[in-house]
Amino acid sequence: MAALTPISRKPFWLVALVVGLFGAFIGLFVGTANGSGPIGAICGAALLVGLAFLYINVLKDERAGRGITFAGLGIAGFAGAGIPGAVLGAIFGAVGGWMIYWIYEGRYRSYLPPYLTAGQVLWHYAFRVICGAIFIFLITPILVVMPLSFNAENFFTFTPEMLRFDPEGYSLKHYRDFFSNNEWQRSFKNSLIIAPIATVISVSLGTMAAIGLSQSHVPARRAIMAILISPMIVPLIISATGMFFFYSQFGNWMESTLGLDKNLVGYIKVILAHAVLGIPFVIITVTATLVGFDRSLTRAAANMGADPITTFFRVQMPLILPGVISGGLFAFITSFDEVVVVLFVGSASQKTLPWQMFTGLREQISPTILAVATILVFISICLLTTLEMLRRRSERLRGMSPS
Amino acid sequence: MKFTKTLMATTALTMVAGVSGAADMADEMTIVSWGGAYSKSQLKAYHEPYAEKSGVNIINDDSSAEAVAKLRAMNEAGNVTWDVVDVVAADAMRLCDEGLAMEIDADTQLADGDNGMKASEDFGELLVSDCFIPQIVYSTTFGYRTDLVGDTPPSKICDVFDLEAYPGKRSLEKRPINNMEWALLCDGVAKEDVYEVLATPEGQDKALAKLDTIKDSVVWWSAGADTPQLLADGEVIMGSTYNGRLFSVIEEQKQPVAMLWDAQVFDLDGWIIPAGLSDERKARALDYIMFATDTQRLADQAKYIAYGPARKSSAPLVSKHADLGIDMAPHMPTDPDNAKNTFLYNYEFWADYRDDIDAKFQAWLAK
Repeated sequence: MAALTPISRKPFWLVALVVGLFGAFIGLFVGTANGSGPIGAICGAALLVGLAFLYINVLKDERAGRGITFAGLGIAGFAGAGIPGAVLGAIFGAVGGWMIYWIYEGRYRSYLPPYLTAGQVLWHYAFRVICGAIFIFLITPILVVMPLSFNAENFFTFTPEMLRFDPEGYSLKHYRDFFSNNEWQRSFKNSLIIAPIATVISVSLGTMAAIGLSQSHVPARRAIMAILISPMIVPLIISATGMFFFYSQFGNWMESTLGLDKNLVGYIKVILAHAVLGIPFVIITVTATLVGFDRSLTRAAANMGADPITTFFRVQMPLILPGVISGGLFAFITSFDEVVVVLFVGSASQKTLPWQMFTGLREQISPTILAVATILVFISICLLTTLEMLRRRSERLRGMSPS
Repeated sequence: MKFTKTLMATTALTMVAGVSGAADMADEMTIVSWGGAYSKSQLKAYHEPYAEKSGVNIINDDSSAEAVAKLRAMNEAGNVTWDVVDVVAADAMRLCDEGLAMEIDADTQLADGDNGMKASEDFGELLVSDCFIPQIVYSTTFGYRTDLVGDTPPSKICDVFDLEAYPGKRSLEKRPINNMEWALLCDGVAKEDVYEVLATPEGQDKALAKLDTIKDSVVWWSAGADTPQLLADGEVIMGSTYNGRLFSVIEEQKQPVAMLWDAQVFDLDGWIIPAGLSDERKARALDYIMFATDTQRLADQAKYIAYGPARKSSAPLVSKHADLGIDMAPHMPTDPDNAKNTFLYNYEFWADYRDDIDAKFQAWLAK
């Protein structure tokens, strides 16, 4: 994008204000880590404002100024806290040096329309800062567990070795533990058995329900819909208590009357309970997809002599498939993440991954949990990527279909 | 002729019944315990040898923390899925009173000691309830960070209450048991009078007032793993937890932590068998208990975790740690050096007063 606005140099007070705030913000963290936040903030602000003054009034060479800030703060960081300090110091120096000239030369305005007032420019950047802060707020708790899962010690702690980037402080032993420990493997296997089967049940039942409810002649559609999605709204602990008593009786009946194996009955109970939790997600996504579905297509199919079942599988299903699949993914994740209901309904043979993590967290704070969490985050990322790709495909299909 | 046939048929039937009777035990059992290093020690010392001997498939459920509530619910729903449950003595008493646990006759249903001593004598006074089969003696005691307490490490329980000599956070369990006793001990109450004082509302206020002096510096824990984590982080300088957890922090994880054995509080942990099991599951559970609480097995557990075996006859057999090769005897709470000043937890007192004092303690916490 080309520059929109001719730029001009800005007064020093503006530079001092912005870089001072930035320096104070960073200094606050450094200061807190070293004992006193306020002192750190004042030092950070003073440092950057002082540098800005020197560069603008004395040095007058941008390249040298930025180089000095970058290298100087990197070396200072190294002297203070080793390699991690050097990295953080250099980053701070690079950003600080860049910011001094960015403000001073007025570059911050160059990509904005020339008619904006100072307030609007301020809001433009404040908005971006707020968005960034929200993003950090959402992602940091997830990111912070990842390096900890490589901890060489059995605690949730960043050891001094880890902070020095010493290879000694890192190890894959928690991942090894996950792949070699029977309990973890058994619960992983259980999750892989329970979640897909529960998903298939939720998807079939949920899709049928959504299609039925989208017919205009069904009486009391709203009431039925409300009942069907209630498992999503009722607090889980209430559903779980109800399910516990219901499925206990149901399980006893299956064992005594049908003579089924105790373990099989256990799996059936958990799978059915999870399917109930997954159905609302499928109904909601499929209903949303059906809104965009052109009903004249089914009439056209009927006109051509297709019976309703053929019409469903050959005409309707391919068009609503993205909705069905994303509902299925939600159902899968619900079952895969679920701990409350399985604690109530399942017995130890059906212990799933979240159950194992839950007891592990309570009885023994082991970083193996973090290793598993990291693995699960990657699985989730893969699933969400699939979801996004399906969404794009559906948009493409819709764009091509005659409307 | 007819008679002979009947006789033969009966004999055959009896024999079949006899044979199947011997093998009439469930081939799968669910054992409930506390998880973590403790479950691991049971796996090594009891489950693995037993599974090898009997071919039974053992499933572990780490739900002991909510054993009482879950057993109640299971009983109500008529679907008890647990076969053997590891609980602390106080829980065993409650379950026994409510009829949720099976009564055990120590002399006929538990193995004799290897020195021929009857089980009732071998366990002695540790058989605190008719349903309870003691397994280990553990203690709740303090650990401290050796690098954060200055030059004179704490040596007495009252150092926990001394903010001047040992400034910094300490972690205490989020319940009145043990904390109230320690507070009174450090408020000048003699050891033998503690429960007498604690039975009165004034005594309870006195204990809470003593706890008040350090309340701002306390981090409250609820799971056994919390204090080890807090100590390893350096977030607290000292904290109470189970001695086996501290052993693991010190010897296995090599953290700069040391034990403060003064006024450690002894407690018991052991097995119960839920009431109302089917005959074959009950037979299996009893067979397991008979095996897992014999002299050698109890001594074996001490190879993996620093808890004292509940049988007198097991004590001489306690040997070295299975992986580290260090002598386990000096790490046992019952070791004479560690047990110089111990505090005996009073079950009857807490059974009677727990609800009242709990309510008072929670109200005090929220203040």
